[in-house]
Amino acid sequence: SGEVRVNVVEWGSGFLMSVQDGASAGKTLPERVKIVEVGPRDGLQNEKTVVPSEVKIHLIDMLSEAGLSVIEATSFVSPKWVPQMADQVEVMMGIHRRPGVSYPVLTPNLKGFLAAVNAGAAEVAIFGAASELFSKKNINCSVDESLQRFEVVTKAAKEAGVPVRGYVSCVLGCPYEGKVSPDKVAQVAKRLYSMGCYEISLGDTIGVGTPGGMTEMLQAVSREVPVNALAVHCHDTYGQALANILIALQMGISVVDSSVAGLGGCPYAQGASGNVATEDVVYMLHGLGIQTGVDLPKLMDAGAFICRSLNKKTSSKVAQATCKL
Amino acid sequence: MGNFPTTVKHCLSYEELIQDYPWLARWLQEEKEMVPTGVKIQLIDMLSETGLPVIEATSFVSSKWVPQMADHTEVLQAIHRSSHVRYPVLTPNMHGFQDAVAAGATEVAVFGSASETFSRKNINCSIDESILRFEEVICTAKQRQIPVRGYVSCALGCPYEGPIESTKVAEVVKRLYELGCYEVSLGDTIGVGTPGSMAKMLHSVKKEVPSSALAVHCHDTYGQALANILTALQMGICTVDSSVAGLGGCPYAQGASGNVSTEDVLYMLHGMGIKTGVDLSKVIEAGDFICKALNRKTNSKVAQARGDYSVHCRMKKINT
Repeated sequence: SGEVRVNVVEWGSGFLMSVQDGASAGKTLPERVKIVEVGPRDGLQNEKTVVPSEVKIHLIDMLSEAGLSVIEATSFVSPKWVPQMADQVEVMMGIHRRPGVSYPVLTPNLKGFLAAVNAGAAEVAIFGAASELFSKKNINCSVDESLQRFEVVTKAAKEAGVPVRGYVSCVLGCPYEGKVSPDKVAQVAKRLYSMGCYEISLGDTIGVGTPGGMTEMLQAVSREVPVNALAVHCHDTYGQALANILIALQMGISVVDSSVAGLGGCPYAQGASGNVATEDVVYMLHGLGIQTGVDLPKLMDAGAFICRSLNKKTSSKVAQATCKL
Repeated sequence: MGNFPTTVKHCLSYEELIQDYPWLARWLQEEKEMVPTGVKIQLIDMLSETGLPVIEATSFVSSKWVPQMADHTEVLQAIHRSSHVRYPVLTPNMHGFQDAVAAGATEVAVFGSASETFSRKNINCSIDESILRFEEVICTAKQRQIPVRGYVSCALGCPYEGPIESTKVAEVVKRLYELGCYEVSLGDTIGVGTPGSMAKMLHSVKKEVPSSALAVHCHDTYGQALANILTALQMGICTVDSSVAGLGGCPYAQGASGNVSTEDVLYMLHGMGIKTGVDLSKVIEAGDFICKALNRKTNSKVAQARGDYSVHCRMKKINT
C-alpha cells in the first residue's frame, strides 16, 4: 500500500541533544511561553483578499478574549505599498484594548512611528534582515542603511517611553541568497538589541529551516543577545515549524510568534503555506505542560471567524481535525 | 499529561464511517476511490528507486473488509523487487499469512492495539485474543524464517477511550516483541500525541523493549508529527514510518489529515545531517505521480513548496 519506512541509519551532527528519558523531556523546557500573535498584521498582510476594518477589529477583539497577551495589530507603512494596512488608524482606534494585552504595530521609519503614536500605539516593531539582497529587494537599502534608519525610530521611541521589538528576517535562509550565515544573523540581532529593542524575533522567512539550522543559528545569536530577549518566528512552508519551535524551546527560547489559522501565505512560493498556525503551536505547548494563557477553543473561534471572512480554509491542522458537529 | 482534545468525544459519531472497515489503515484504504492495480505497482516501483529500504506493499486482509487491497496477490507478484528493499505485507491472521507466503511475501506485519475498545471495534476481539491470533502467525513465520513486524495502534490516544496509559502500551509492545516481532512500530493512530505524551510513552516502552527494536508511526492530524518524530529521535528511536505525499486521511476526523508525509520527514532528517540513503527529489516525483493518478493535491508541504519555489527561483534569475 505504499507506506514506507525510513531507517535512519546514521547520526549526522552531534547536536541531537540527548534529552533525558521520559517525563524529564519537560525539564529542559520553559514553564511558560509567551505567544506573539501576528495574524492581524503579518497574516492579513500576506492574504490576497483585502479585509474590511470592522472584520480586522473584530478579529483582534476575539484574539484578546482568547487570552493572548501580545497581538500585532497593524502596520504604519505607506498604504501605497501595503493596501491591506491602509486602515491602520481606524483599526488602532477601533479595537478594544484589553488590560494586560499589548498591541504592537509595525513602524518602518520615523514617519510611521509618529503616525503610530498619534493613533495611540503603545508599542512598535521594526524589521531588519540578515540578508543583504533581501534587504535591498524588500526595502531598497542595505542592511546597514536600514539599521541606521531604525536607530532614528528607537531613539524617538525611547524618548517617548515606547518599547520597541526588533525582527530579523531570513535567519535560516533567503529566497535570493540561499544560505545565510548564523554570524550575520547574530550581528544584526545584536545591533537591534543594542539600539534598544527589548526583544528580537528571529524569522525563518521562507520556512526552509530545520532543527539543524535552527540550533546552529540560535547558538550564534545567544552568544550576542541574552536568550530571554529572543523569540522565534517560524514559517511552515516546508512543514518544519513545530519541530523548529520545539528545538528553540529546548534551547531556552520562551517567546513564539504564530498566526491564527496560519494566516499569511508565503510571498516567495505561490500557493505554499507561510506562518505557523497559533492553534497548532498552542496544542503542542499545552501537550508539553507549558502554560500559555491561551484558551484554545476561543482561539479556534477567532480562526473560524477570519477564515469565513476571507472565504478560505484554515491552515491549522488542529482546527481541521476538530469535528464540526 | 497535557490536553486531550474534546474533539475525540465528538469523533465517536464517526463509528459508522469505520465499522465496515477494520482499522488496518494503510494509506490507500483511506482513499475513497479504488486505485487501479497498475497504478499501485508503478508507485511501488518508483519508490523502490528512491533509496527507501522498506516499502509496505499491500495487505492480505479479506477483500470484503478492505476492497482497496483486493488485488494483493497481483500487486505483490507484479512489483519489481529491488534487492535493496524489503516489501512487508500485512497479515492479520493465519489465512492472510498463508496467502501472503503463497504470493511470495518475504516479510509480514501484524497489528495490535493498546486500546481494548479500539481492538474490539476494529477487529472484533480483545487485545488478548488478537495477540493469540498473532502468536500463531509469528510462530509459523519464525519456522519459515519470515521476519514479522508488530504495530501497536493508539499508542498516544484512542478515538474511543481517550488517553492511553503508557504502561499499557509498553505491555502490548513487550508481548509482541517477546513473541518474536523483530521490531514494533508505535502508532499515534489519531495524531493527538505531542512531544510531551510521546516522551512519556517512549520512556515506559523503552523499559521493556530496546530502542533499536522500536519505530514511530506518527499521524499529522493535529500537525504534531514532525515534532513528535524529533522527540523520538532524541530518545534514541531510529526508524520512522511515513507515507509518500502524506496520503491517507484520518478515518476518525473527516477531512483531517492522517499520515505524515515522507517528503517532509526526509527534509527534516536531511536538514539535521541525518543519513537516510533516500533521494528526496525521487520521492517527490513518486508523490507527484500518485497524486495525479488519484487526482488530488499532495499533503506534503515540501512537495507543495518545491514545485512553486523552484519556479520562483528560476523567475528571479531571469529578472536579476
